Order: sequence, then C-alpha cells, then structure tokens
Amino acid sequence: MTSVSYLIRSASLLGQTTADVLIRDGIIAAVGTDLGADVIGDATVIDAAGLIALPGMVDLHTHLREPGREDSETVETGTRAAALGGFTAVHAMANSSPVADTAGVVEQVFSLGRESGWVDVRPVGAVTVGLAGTQLAELGAMADSRARVRVFSDDGICVSDPVMMRRALEYVKAFDGVIAQHAQEPRLTEGAQMNEGIVSADLGLAGWPAVAEESIIARDVLLAQHVGSRLHVCHVSTAGSVEIIRWAKERGISVTAEVTPHHLLLTEELVRSYNPVYKVNPPLRADADVHALRAALADGTIDIVGTDHAPHPSEAKECEWASAAMGMTGLETALSVVQETMIETGLMSWADFARVTSTAPAQIGQLADQGRPLEVGEPANIVLVDAAARWNVDPAAMATKGRNSPFASMELPGKVVATFFHGHPTVLNGALNTPYRAVTAS
Amino acid sequence: MRHLLDTESLSYNNAIQILDTAQEMSAVGEREIKKIPALRGRTVVNLFFEDSTRTRISFEAAAKRLSADVINFSAKGSSVSKGESLKDTAQTLEAMSADAVVIRHWASGAPARLANSGWIDAAVINAGDGTHAHPTQALLDAFTMRAHWAKLSGTASVGADLKGMRVVIAGDVLHSRVARSNVWLLRTLGAHVTLVAPPTLLPIGVEHWPCEISYDLDAALEAGVDAIMMLRVQAERMNASFFPSTREYARRWGFDDARLAKLDALAQKDTIIMHPGPMNRGLEISSAAADSPRSTVLAQVRNGVSVRMAALYLLLSGDMREPATPSNFPPVVAPSVPSVKDFS
Repeated sequence: MTSVSYLIRSASLLGQTTADVLIRDGIIAAVGTDLGADVIGDATVIDAAGLIALPGMVDLHTHLREPGREDSETVETGTRAAALGGFTAVHAMANSSPVADTAGVVEQVFSLGRESGWVDVRPVGAVTVGLAGTQLAELGAMADSRARVRVFSDDGICVSDPVMMRRALEYVKAFDGVIAQHAQEPRLTEGAQMNEGIVSADLGLAGWPAVAEESIIARDVLLAQHVGSRLHVCHVSTAGSVEIIRWAKERGISVTAEVTPHHLLLTEELVRSYNPVYKVNPPLRADADVHALRAALADGTIDIVGTDHAPHPSEAKECEWASAAMGMTGLETALSVVQETMIETGLMSWADFARVTSTAPAQIGQLADQGRPLEVGEPANIVLVDAAARWNVDPAAMATKGRNSPFASMELPGKVVATFFHGHPTVLNGALNTPYRAVTAS
Repeated sequence: MRHLLDTESLSYNNAIQILDTAQEMSAVGEREIKKIPALRGRTVVNLFFEDSTRTRISFEAAAKRLSADVINFSAKGSSVSKGESLKDTAQTLEAMSADAVVIRHWASGAPARLANSGWIDAAVINAGDGTHAHPTQALLDAFTMRAHWAKLSGTASVGADLKGMRVVIAGDVLHSRVARSNVWLLRTLGAHVTLVAPPTLLPIGVEHWPCEISYDLDAALEAGVDAIMMLRVQAERMNASFFPSTREYARRWGFDDARLAKLDALAQKDTIIMHPGPMNRGLEISSAAADSPRSTVLAQVRNGVSVRMAALYLLLSGDMREPATPSNFPPVVAPSVPSVKDFS
C-alpha cells in the first residue's frame, strides 16, 4: 500500500494552540509548528489557518433506518450526512425493521457501514426481542458478533418493566455493556403529543409530563446502583431529570446522560404553529428546561450530546399534528447548534465541545479508536471547523433523506470544512469527498 | 383576517363585528323566505372528519341561507387510516374551487394546518378541532349571552360586549374545545369566567388562563352568576378514573334539581343555564334544568346558524375588520333585499 499523507497546516487544536498536524496511514504522525520537509514529505497540504481542529464527533444516538425503512434513510445516506456534520462514528439505533435484536441484524448494519465507508457505524442492540419489552434479546450474541455491540437500547420505547430493566442492567455486566434507556413511563404518556404545561393546555394537545421521564430515571439510577451496573440515559429533556442525575452522580452511581441539540435550542412555544416538524419524543420543553440542560452539559452532569437524528419521509410530517411521526434530523446541524447554544453563550470551550461530542461518547460506546486526543500515534479522526462562518439551514440541501429539520431557515454559526476518518478526508472544502476503504476486514 | 381558527387570536373588534353581523343575519331566519343572495356562486365545503350532525347542519343551513353552494364531505375516522392524507383531501376540494372549507377534525390543530400549510387558498373555518377550539360555538354562546345581558340592562345588543357578566363553565374542561374557546372569547368581551371542574378534568397549566378556577359548583353559584354553562361529559371519560362514578359526578358537578332550586333560593332569577349539546340528561344537567325557562339550549342552536352565516359572510366577502381597527362596519345586508327565487 502506498503511503497517503495529509498536512493540516496551522489549525487551532481544540481552539487552544495553533499547530500543523501530519497524517500518515490513518495515524497522526506528527504535530508541531515547525515540521521539517523531511517529515512532511509529499503530504497533501490542507490550509487550516483560522480553522479549529477537533477529534471526529461520535454520535451515540442515530437512526439510520436500514434495514426496513430505506425510504427514510439508508446507512449510505445517513453516514454521508454524518461525515458532513463532522462525525467519524455513529451508533445506529436498534428500531429498524427487522429490529436489531440478533447477531445477524447487527452484523448486517455493521457491514453496511463498512461498505459505505463514511464513518464507523456501531450498531446498538435491542434490549428486548422486537422492542416488545417482554423477553431479553440475545445480548451476549450481539456482544460477541463482528459488530461487538456494547450499547443496548429499546430506544423509542422505554424498558418500562422494572424487572426487565433490572435483568438487562445485570446481564450486560458480563461483557461490560451499557443499557441506554429511553425514559418514558408509558401509562403517563398514553397518546401524548407534546410537553404537558401551559402550551399544551392552550393547544388542546395531550400532555407528555416531565414526571414521566423523571420517575423512570429515578427508578433506573437506583436499579443501576442496586445491581452495580452502568446506565446511560438517552435524550434528557427536563430540569428535574438533571437534578436526579446530578444526585445519582454525587452518590457514585454509574450513570451517564445525553442531551440532543434540539433540546438545547428549541422550546415548546414552537408547537403553537402545529407544524409537526417540531414533534419529537421526548418533546420540546420549556425555556427553564433548556437552560437547565445547557448548564448541566457545561458542568458535566450531562456527559454527551447525542443527535437522535430521526429522518422521516415528507408524508410523515405533512399532516395533522396527531398523525405525524416523532423525530427530527440532526446530524448535519449538531455542531452548529451546540456551538450556538454552548460556545457562543460562553458556557463551554471548544475543548469542552470535544469532550461532549467525541471523547465521552466514544468512552460510553467503548470505541477504542474514536474520541482520542490530537496527539502523535493516535488515529487520525479529525474534523476541521470554520467557527466564524454562518449559514442558513436548508433541509433540501442536506445529504440525509430526511427533510424534517426543525432548524430550517435558521442562521447558525460554524461550518464543517473537512472531516478525516482514519486519515482519509471524507469531507473536503465543506463537501463530500470520497469514502474511506478499510484495508483489512475485522 | 382570512380564517377563523380559534378565539384566542380573535380581536375585540372582529368579535363584536361577527356578533353584530349575526344579529342582522338572525333577521333573515325570521323571514318567510329565509335566504339572501350574499354568497351566490360561492362554494362552501363542509369537511367533517368527525361525526357531528348538529354542527354540520348548522353550517349547511347558514351557507344555504346565504345562497352559497354547499358540498358535504364526510371523512370519518383518521385520514391516515382512511389512506388519504389531510393534504390530499384538502387539495381535492381546492381543485373543486372551494371558497371556504368548514373543517371539523378529531386532531387539535388540523384547521391551523390547513390554513397555514400553503396547501389551499380557501378560507378555513374551524368547526371544532380535537380538544383545542370551537370558535363558532363560543361565538354563538357569546351571542346568546349578549342578547340576555342587553335585555337585562334594557340596552341594544348591537355593538355591546359582556363587560361585568359573571359566567360559570362547569364540567370536563380538560377535553373541551368549547370551554377553551369560551374562556378566550369571554375574556376578550369583558366577562368574568369561573371554570368549575373536578381537578382531574382541568388541564395542567389552566392557572395561566384568564379565568378563575373552582372545584366547588355550589360555592361558584353562591358567589353570584349570570350564566352557567354545563359541559358534556363524554362516555369515554367515564371509565378512565377521571372521577369515581357517574353518580358522584352528577352529585358534585352536575346541574341537578337541587342546584336549580338553589338559584331560586338565592334570588338569582335572571341566571341563564346553557349547554352546547348534545346533553346527557341526568348526568351533567337534570331534565328540570334543561327544560326550565332559564335554559337557553334551543336559543343557542338557533343563534348558531346566525353566527355561522356571519362568519361565512365576513370571511368570504373580505369585509372582516383588521385586528384592532375600530371602525363602524357598513350594514351587511340591506333588510329589504327580497332574496333569491331559485331556491327550491
């Protein structure tokens, strides 16, 4: 194999120090301000003056829809969107059709990701067979498969049976897995359409009360403590949930938590339009919740940002609110929304950004070669960001098949200029380049 | 104002204009030939995704008295389960040159969706959407109250509002689009509203509405009330733990014979009893109350046609006042218009 090298010149590493980064054979070969010609060799030079270099983003919460709903998204289109958004790894949620509840399905998704070559695709395994909540899926088989599943979730549906949740938490200890819970008490949310509060009272839409999320999180952190296992809480959306997670962490309970970009920026006031592009589960909440979530992400109570990228065909949103599907796209806007809500507000630095979008999610998902520091010898998963750029969100111009972006027409800061995935530029000059082709199969 | 979607966004001037126009329209209904040519050649579609014979025939009568062509489109059940989307149904009607779409839908917000999505150009009138709004019901209720209020004070109702009137709305507020629309419209018109309901049948967030909240119907009556509106209790609520039993509901929150007697005992001789219908006699309202001289139930039905004529006329003629522009609108109908003969 011929040596392929890139020299990223004059990038601001994590927005802290300016340096050149030499990439060779998928690895960061050198970092410095005065790399000699002998070191650089015939590397292709990328002028990154004024750009910020970050570790490639890792999404713990992506719906790629394949197999089964290829009209909504495929692994190919979803991972193109991910690369454009600055990601080098995504976790594909299990609610495909068939459900990713067997070794066969997770290996299929894993292979599709390999073939596409835009990012690492790590399948999430279902906790229960068919997401039905009544029988544990073969978690061990999925863990032992080529996909090496470590994150298990019935996302979209809560593992509401406390005994089932307990067993799942206990069982995954055998292979150091983690249960990612979609916290939603089902009886308290029957027919729920939006956050329950002032706006739902006005609009006459059935409420999704905060307590339905908080009561499950409270139960689950206590179960995790009781059985000594790891819990990950998906898409935390309320101020009360933050308080419970903070309490659990103070007690030393092994819990991690996630917030979506849309819950960091948008509030339930948008539902007054009855436009289903704002319909999502958990729902958009109140202003006080948004601010509590931002504070929690900044202080580490919430560990990571997860997109909950949920593409839907247009007919699933071009209808009355109650009939519309829940979910929003997010891969191609995540960086900008987090910059807008966390960095422009002074709540976080770019180094913090790298922690919550790369380092921490890679640790939760146990991805050894993702979320690594920008240092010599590390895998070259790097994203270059023009933080000064501003752009208008146009869903029609996105790589995802989903046009259901709640950020449509908003002006946001920050553009991904380049994404390096195992040393290969999947994105260059803000546009898709070519996919990475793994040299060896795992 | 192009559409009538709710009462929360309805300005004082537009509300008064609709009520005043309805007043003129009511004269049409008292004539031998109950028809004027105001909307001749215009097409009104009644698009009903939910059964409601009463509201549909009220709108149908209103449109026909204005000489509009009426198309009734019943699409009961979910548009999704039916296989055709709301968008396609609406655009089909648009292709048939509908000038106004009167929509009743089980989903809150469906009329707003129709009005704001760019799918159609027609004026949209909300004839009841989910548990959200029922603006023409609130307007006919206000029309009924205004007539009563003006009569008591010996003044003309045209141009008047409901300032100072005390209104109690009792029952299943949580699921009631009638209650929601009344709260906002009555607030706009200056009435003082008290909602009375079991706590389970009040929405979270109701404390932000421009009204008082009470769990005690007797106390609300004793405080003095000029109009009391009883809300229908839907059958599907009865076994969902909103209240222990229909008998307990009737005793605590129903307008029963004892409360009718209480009004007399309190010397509140001018208090009217309202109900949007259809009534559950013996549950939220006793037969004696429903049939008493205080009851305005049938007047409400009659006024419904006038109010809907006014709404259709104003939206389709483009004569609706802009929000917050106080001006006298020109007389809508010359009383001497002899009307159309081609109505068979």
